[in-house]
Amino acid sequence: MNGVLALEQILNGLQFGVMLFLITAGLTLTFGIMNLVNLAHGILYMLGAYFCASLTVATGSFVGAVILASAATVLVGIVIELLTLKRLYARNHLDQVLATFGVVLFFNELVRIIWGPASIYSSVPPALSGQVELIPGLLYPAYRLVIIGVGLVAAAALVLLINFSKLGMLIRAGASNRIMVSAIGVNIDLLNTLVFGLGAAFAALAGAIAGPILTVESGMGNDMLILALVVIVIGGIGSIKGAFIASLLVGLIDTFGRTMLRPLFELFMTKAAANSAGPAVASMLIYLAMALVLFFRPQGLFPPRTR
Amino acid sequence: MRKLSYILCALGIAVLFCVPAVTEVADMSYYLDFTTRVVIFAMAAVSLDLILGYGGMVSFGHAAFLGVGGYAVGILSYYGITDGFIHFGVAILASALVALFIGMLSVRTIGVYFIMITLAFSQMLYYLAISVNTYGGDDGLSVRGASVFAGVVDLADRDQLYYASLAILLGMLLICYRLIGSRFGMVLRGIKSDERRMIAIGYSPFRYKLLAFVISGVMCGIAGALLANQTLFISPAIMHWSRSGEIMVMAILGGISTLFGSVIGAGLYLGLEETLSRFTPHWQVLLGPLLVVVVLFARNGVLSLIVPRRAKTRHG
Amino acid sequence: MDDALLRIEGLVKRYGGLIATDHLGLSIRRNELHAIIGPNGAGKTTLVSQITGEVRPDEGRIVFAGDDVTRLPPNARAAKGIGRSFQITSVFLDFTVIENVSLAVQARAGHSFRFWKQAAGEAILRDPAHAILAKVGLLDRADELAVNLSHGEKRALELAIALAGSPKLLLLDEPMAGMGPEESLRMVKFLETLKGQLTILLIEHDIEAVFALADRITVLVYGRAIAEGTAAEIRNHPEVRRAYLGDDEEA
Repeated sequence: MNGVLALEQILNGLQFGVMLFLITAGLTLTFGIMNLVNLAHGILYMLGAYFCASLTVATGSFVGAVILASAATVLVGIVIELLTLKRLYARNHLDQVLATFGVVLFFNELVRIIWGPASIYSSVPPALSGQVELIPGLLYPAYRLVIIGVGLVAAAALVLLINFSKLGMLIRAGASNRIMVSAIGVNIDLLNTLVFGLGAAFAALAGAIAGPILTVESGMGNDMLILALVVIVIGGIGSIKGAFIASLLVGLIDTFGRTMLRPLFELFMTKAAANSAGPAVASMLIYLAMALVLFFRPQGLFPPRTR
Repeated sequence: MRKLSYILCALGIAVLFCVPAVTEVADMSYYLDFTTRVVIFAMAAVSLDLILGYGGMVSFGHAAFLGVGGYAVGILSYYGITDGFIHFGVAILASALVALFIGMLSVRTIGVYFIMITLAFSQMLYYLAISVNTYGGDDGLSVRGASVFAGVVDLADRDQLYYASLAILLGMLLICYRLIGSRFGMVLRGIKSDERRMIAIGYSPFRYKLLAFVISGVMCGIAGALLANQTLFISPAIMHWSRSGEIMVMAILGGISTLFGSVIGAGLYLGLEETLSRFTPHWQVLLGPLLVVVVLFARNGVLSLIVPRRAKTRHG
Repeated sequence: MDDALLRIEGLVKRYGGLIATDHLGLSIRRNELHAIIGPNGAGKTTLVSQITGEVRPDEGRIVFAGDDVTRLPPNARAAKGIGRSFQITSVFLDFTVIENVSLAVQARAGHSFRFWKQAAGEAILRDPAHAILAKVGLLDRADELAVNLSHGEKRALELAIALAGSPKLLLLDEPMAGMGPEESLRMVKFLETLKGQLTILLIEHDIEAVFALADRITVLVYGRAIAEGTAAEIRNHPEVRRAYLGDDEEA
């Protein structure tokens, strides 16, 4: 593998990683603060993508559509939170898994009713459809660079918010000691809703900007949700820093696994065997990584200081 | 009240025994297939309830064992082997080994980490099945021949498949009922109730949890082998995480730690799917909210509305 | 030193900068009731956890019945004969009282890999459990769910579970915590009946109970044993009075 190809793969992994982070950020916060296993988080990603696809057509502006779609998803997310999730915070994980599974079924079907069963393809906005020559010999799609940029900016904004604002201070305190936060007179219900809304906004943003490079379809949030859960467990539940590093890690491992394992396997097995073993192992790689992390560091790589 | 639940169980079993005859007379063979499916999924739900309801292990990857059992039958038939003893022998052995492997790495973890690690392993198997093209990959694999036991029992026959499944389900229920009252079961329930206390008494939870996990995995693997016989088709979809979610829903709908409730839960879930899908192809839009309502308002499962629970647990 | 059932040598446990157990040496003689007292934060709980094996010491040795158990996990120590009660009541709430005790008996009565025979029908489990329940005065509550017991009854059940394992050493972590005076008195009386039958290590805040019961008392302050002796000796030990009892209390 030469340098150009390697750089391209790094960028691909990075792009996948920042997308994962946008989805994971909200999930790890609700997980860490409300102790909620929320399978319905992937729904927000899916809604962001659907809203954005429709709004792009309606408004003619991609950027406007992304913003509106995120706002709309936040509203839906808050309604979900108030109607169901709120009642689940004090319940055990089993109840949470079950009820949010119900929410997933509902929304996956609802989008089929509203947008039809077929996948929606939206295109990259014309201004960004070109390719950029990063280094001689490497043309990289401009839109994917934008995704990386947006993801990194969003991540930076989140880190600033968490570390330097009052809300962020409460969120961090809540992640490590929930009882303490409510004891000092903070309206914990409001904090929960705010955190959930924040997470919804990030997930929706991820869905909205992913729309043009993926197929928008019912159930698209499911697999992303599982990946996000993997990221959280690797990074340490409730840790934004852990989620960020684990997201990039998972993005890179997955991308490199898919491109490099097959040639790697060909070094010591037949081409046919490598052809089937390569992709098989590649698709299992991140789950393998998660199992390893859990085995050696049961609390994840970066657990919040106290739980 | 215990008497009432016995009567209900006996009644339920009697009804189940009559299903082939009734559907034959009424010319509704479709319902025999449906009931077979309920019986098979009931096994999966019962197997999950054994570790979830009595061992406190929330496995979110139980569908993996359906897949292991199913693929055992599918792959053996692919090579022309249709001997039922080999089919089920391999299915049992394979699911036991997979459960042993997953269990060794997961039963030490607790709470949400156990949920995640079981999920991760089932996803690994799911993607493994997708990427192995020899056995159909994403498209799945047709089961070329159903299991035949010494030329006597042929699971290609709908009635025989049904009665075989029913007998196995009843056998599993009996085994589970004996198990939870046995020394092993007491230890398992003790671990669920207070693991730290059990250690202080001198038990090592790991081996008991692991064995329970393997027993449960084997039961679910057998269900998978039967499912492959019923549908004569096996695909990675059987191992998808949403399938694991469904099994969990079945176990919980009927009320966990009741075993027989899982049978009712399976019937209820598949029955709902069946009925709702008649009204609308978008039946999940109705099922989803229903699940939420059940969790929020009927915490001990629908069975608890008929038969009061024996004990109030701490988390109850 | 030969009559020591449990011997602790140079035990050290640090949490970050904090030293919870500070080069502690301790010797518990067979069939004595040895009490450990000390103010909050003296490291009593940490010490208990190290003896039971839940916490591993940084330095030092723990020798039980002649064997070095420093590296043994908790369940193996329990199997060797270290029984315990927990500071926070820890019984199997969704089990009946008799099931609670039977489960503890079962740990010592053959292996638990039996899958068919019903444990409730085994006389080898039931009879010892009945005997112990009679001892702690819970026999008439045998078929009640533990969750329905009163606080005092739960503490008694906790003790019954610990006794059911026929321990050589019984570690009681504040058995009277949260009890009313009447219940406390009953517990003291019961512990008196146990004296001489087995070795007991008692951690307790109730000083009067300790002085009434203990053969020997060790005073723990900041993870170190500042004094050890009989009740009378400890009562009059100047350093103890200053550090723990508070000098003005009896002045």
